[in-house]
Amino acid sequence: MGRRNRITPVDELAGIGGSDVIKTEHILDAKGLACPMPIVRTRKAMNDLFSGDILEVLATDNGSTADIKAWAASSGHAYLGTETEGDVLHHFMKKDSANVEVKQEVPVIKLDTFLRKLEQDSSLVIIDVREVKEYNEAHIPGAIHFALGEIETSMHELNKSEDIYLICQTGRRSGIAGIQLAENGFKHVYNVVPGMTEWKKKQTKGEINYDNSYSNYRSKWRTF
Amino acid sequence: MPVRIMKPQEVARYSIDKKPLFILDVRNEDAFTDWKIEGESIEYLNIPYFDLLDGVDDIKGKLPKDRDILVVCAKEGSSQMIAEMLSEEGIKVSYLEGGMKAWSEYLELVKVGTLKSGGELYQFVRLGKGCLSYMVIDAGKAAVIDATRMTDVFFNFAKEKGVTIEHVFDTHLHADHISGGRVIAEATGANYYLPSQDAEEVVFDYHKLADGLCITVGETSIEAVFSPGHTSGSTSFVVDEAYLLTGDILFIDSIGRPDLAGMADDWVGDLRTTLYNRYQQLSEDLLVLPAHFMEMKEVNVDGSVAMKLSTLFSENHGLQVEDENEFRTLVTENLPPQPNAYQEIRKTNMGVLTPDDETQREMEIGPNRCAVR
Repeated sequence: MGRRNRITPVDELAGIGGSDVIKTEHILDAKGLACPMPIVRTRKAMNDLFSGDILEVLATDNGSTADIKAWAASSGHAYLGTETEGDVLHHFMKKDSANVEVKQEVPVIKLDTFLRKLEQDSSLVIIDVREVKEYNEAHIPGAIHFALGEIETSMHELNKSEDIYLICQTGRRSGIAGIQLAENGFKHVYNVVPGMTEWKKKQTKGEINYDNSYSNYRSKWRTF
Repeated sequence: MPVRIMKPQEVARYSIDKKPLFILDVRNEDAFTDWKIEGESIEYLNIPYFDLLDGVDDIKGKLPKDRDILVVCAKEGSSQMIAEMLSEEGIKVSYLEGGMKAWSEYLELVKVGTLKSGGELYQFVRLGKGCLSYMVIDAGKAAVIDATRMTDVFFNFAKEKGVTIEHVFDTHLHADHISGGRVIAEATGANYYLPSQDAEEVVFDYHKLADGLCITVGETSIEAVFSPGHTSGSTSFVVDEAYLLTGDILFIDSIGRPDLAGMADDWVGDLRTTLYNRYQQLSEDLLVLPAHFMEMKEVNVDGSVAMKLSTLFSENHGLQVEDENEFRTLVTENLPPQPNAYQEIRKTNMGVLTPDDETQREMEIGPNRCAVR
């Protein structure tokens, strides 16, 4: 089928921008594979990870959601959720973390409301938790990039008492990131929905207009 | 040891003929609990395939040596893998071609009887889901009643028999499976009949069924008997004055549920009237042919699902409740879970939703749940 199924440790990014953060984002591409292969590959990929690592599995087999859930439960991993983008399912799991409580809800802020807020206060802390590729394609000026898998190791760089706005493509990954932050004592975390899908549409339509004065805000964090 | 591939029609023989079979179902537990291949002589072991990736040693001792073993999964892939693993260990096994997906779509064809004019009545038994469809054939013409969405089966059979499908009926707007009625009617130019009470939101043209409407296929009569209760328009058909197609009103071992369009309290009275008044006025010698069955024990030795109306009057639990309030309680408080995606299925049958084939398959997954017992 000519598809490569791979795990991508995003370690080529380590060190950029002076960060000493170890990236732990892992992606397994199981698109186009039929049952049982998505699980067979997931299991193999999970073996190579450390406890607490987050694995994202891309799959197109509709049955994979129920199976990933059931498999995670039977093997002691936490199933964090599934995000759907077009035909592709993004399954998120956390290794050896079956007892982690993921039911916690993160307050949601609508993208429109958030953008109005941003127009008034350009210093808002925005964390974009998508993959670096997605971030590079388009991001809200001033948004800091921490891929979902980096949240746990990077959160010490953030201020627990500050308002933090999390964004991803649709709100699913940012929701998971929000739970992680909340669990670690961050008091004012907001999930911006529906996320960058909508923002990009607005941008195309020319509905996004800010002065760029803040676009370099906290650029010390990441310079992509 | 080579792995054998078993086709759904072979599994049907085990199911209908009560041949001993051992099914190793490697889907996850929820799926297995929800629905499985039924048969009175089938034994089961459910272990998800992902728990067997390290090897099959743990289950080797649990597999019988005295009966055929069939490995089953959702679509085939996992069962094939596990079957191959078992085979490498020297265990003789088969796996189900196409998995439960294919099982759900398999129709067993059974001849119910020869009609007075020499025509024939056939029943299409959807073993995996408990749906029953019918074809009345006479003098080169045919009528199809309660067709499933596997329309090729009906087209092919009509072709094989050299008959033209002229009429297509649905006894009601189905909530548990997607009707093939409209597709068959459009492809053959046949008239498509639906009860208008069920079809208020339907977005295509159809012919209205009315009590007493009589259609002939060749020389065989098909008469509509208004019999509401499962839906407000549910209509039965008396075929050739000998067969009573009851739709989802009366089954072999149960009766219809009145709640799938959200109206249990309103329709229970209709259901009572149909079962305890309307059907009483019909000949007791009619052979009842329902649109569903729930359990394999309702399937006759020849694979058909059929029983005399007189027998049902004396044996069907739902027809033995003298007290009207007791009846009301029975059908409104003993309701099983509603079928998978039943709202979307109803909308699809109205033509409001037009999901692709794969989505239609997913919507129909799971057991039939149209009855109260």
